[in-house]
Amino acid sequence: MNMEDLLALGGRSIKSRLLIGTGKFSSYPLMKKALEVAQPDIVTVALRRVDASSKTDNILEYIPKSCILMANTSGARNADEAVRIARLAKAAGTGPWIKIEVVQDQKYLLPDNLETLKAVETLAKEGFIVLPYMSPDLSMARRMADAGAAAVMPLGSPIGSNRGVKTRELVEILVREIKVPVIVDAGLGSPSDACECMEMGCAAVLVNTAIAIARDPVAMAKAFKDAVSAGRAAYLAGLAASGNKASASSPLTGFLRNEIL
Amino acid sequence: MSYYDILLKYKDLPFEKIFRELSPQKIERSIHSDTQDPERFLASLSPAAEEFLEPMAQKAHALTLMHFGRTIQLYTPMYLSNYCENECAYCGFNALNKMPRRTLTLHEVEREAAFIASTGIEHLLILTGDAREKSPPAYIKECLKVLKKYFSSISIEIYALTEEEYADLARSGIDGLTLYQETYNEAVYERVHKSGPKKDFRFRLDAPERAAKSGMRSVNVGALLGLSDWRREVFLMGLHAQYLQDRYGEVEIGASLPRLRPHAGDFKDIKEVSDKNIAQTLMALRLFLPRLGIALSTRESVLLRENLLPLGITRMSAGSTTRVGGHTITSPEEENTPQFEISDPRDVEEMKKMLVAKGYQPVLKDWMQI
Repeated sequence: MNMEDLLALGGRSIKSRLLIGTGKFSSYPLMKKALEVAQPDIVTVALRRVDASSKTDNILEYIPKSCILMANTSGARNADEAVRIARLAKAAGTGPWIKIEVVQDQKYLLPDNLETLKAVETLAKEGFIVLPYMSPDLSMARRMADAGAAAVMPLGSPIGSNRGVKTRELVEILVREIKVPVIVDAGLGSPSDACECMEMGCAAVLVNTAIAIARDPVAMAKAFKDAVSAGRAAYLAGLAASGNKASASSPLTGFLRNEIL
Repeated sequence: MSYYDILLKYKDLPFEKIFRELSPQKIERSIHSDTQDPERFLASLSPAAEEFLEPMAQKAHALTLMHFGRTIQLYTPMYLSNYCENECAYCGFNALNKMPRRTLTLHEVEREAAFIASTGIEHLLILTGDAREKSPPAYIKECLKVLKKYFSSISIEIYALTEEEYADLARSGIDGLTLYQETYNEAVYERVHKSGPKKDFRFRLDAPERAAKSGMRSVNVGALLGLSDWRREVFLMGLHAQYLQDRYGEVEIGASLPRLRPHAGDFKDIKEVSDKNIAQTLMALRLFLPRLGIALSTRESVLLRENLLPLGITRMSAGSTTRVGGHTITSPEEENTPQFEISDPRDVEEMKKMLVAKGYQPVLKDWMQI
């Protein structure tokens, strides 16, 4: 790569295309080590877990200061609750970045796209940088982008399932059609899954469980970082298999153009 | 539709015959199957499944890690009142038991709250006996005004209420309900609940569903293991949890595994439930309902709690007392009898240390008033 490959997101230039979630780690010090190794620019934290009153158990103390903090609305059952949690997060000083999670299904933790859209509409108007976690649905992704979402975050497979990009066909459509960055969130079980997303042209991935519950979360964080870089590099290098992207020059039909000229 | 309809369906299920006819192959298939159903759940609860506890443990552990990570939520119970109108044969608060009875004043509630909060606990479970006049919903709401200053999330374990009452408490800031059916065997229920409002089996059975409808965030069911054959009890409790999970997707459904403890009463007809049985119960529930919250209380010993930890537990109590105002008793007049004896007296700090040593993150805060 000649130029630095940055992701424009929420008015910032993001270096790392690996976003990391902070639940499920066996301890905050261990999470901190994993974050230091993976060097994400964006880290998401469930506001429900933030205990600002505690000196030793305040998760925010274990997140490198260089990271953008993205609070998430985990626990919200509808748009109204998501909006209230987002406002509480802002009041608690976590900044304008918010990942919207609205789940009405405790069995699979699948998102409710309709309620999520409503929360996007409200929060984007209030000046939040809104990243909705969603089921990969084209019209919903469009509506969310139109409503001011900074990115859309389709799931690869259910949260925590580690099953990989089972929604590949649908996510690929979003990558082609949606104007805002597409960040695959949830279900990525191994670095190769993350690499696959990046090769597909996703702007970034968000990983939590696969790192947090690995035997060695720090080493796994590094593995994900490398896989995301490799996948991105492959995408930029023009994978033959990715297929849907026009090449800058037309090595096979260039002669036709020359003829016209 | 009520869970009672399902209970009736299984009332005459020939458990022993089904257990006898289970082949080891069928049990193994049940354990390793990705999709679970009542039949497979029953297979994993069978006596023959005791030969497969290690593979069950492996799978239960993996599922729990996937869904809950290396975290355990801690909570502390606070007893507000021990007045009770029921004669439950197994309970220390039995109306016939001669013992000092108390209901905490709001001042005392605040004193208890300040103490519990000082240990770092954010999730509180408040409990009362079954005596509406002594601790009516209005009293619970008054307590709540005090408690909200100290805790992020407050749940109740009190006598069964109507849906309107649950909704009113949910609006006032109660997040969750814990209510044990005690036994799903209606005949045993009738026998051990000799008198009092709790005698109404149906009203109690439908209470978790009323709470789920009312806007509460979490609903926790349970059977008091030892009152009746535990395999049947756990099977019917698991189906109760599934019934609620299927119908109220937005509610976090949980289950507890309370085992009958020695108490200040004369009930001696305790059905044996071994540590091995408790372990099998836990693993079978995890395999059947991977997202189920599962609590293990201080009724169980230090050693057993630690050994069961990786097999499916998601919540544990710490710094427990089952006496009214038991955290801050300062004078002999305030002394009272515990509801049951606890086996794990460790405080919050000790529990946190143990969890960290076992590779688990103690989660003190997992919700907030929004």
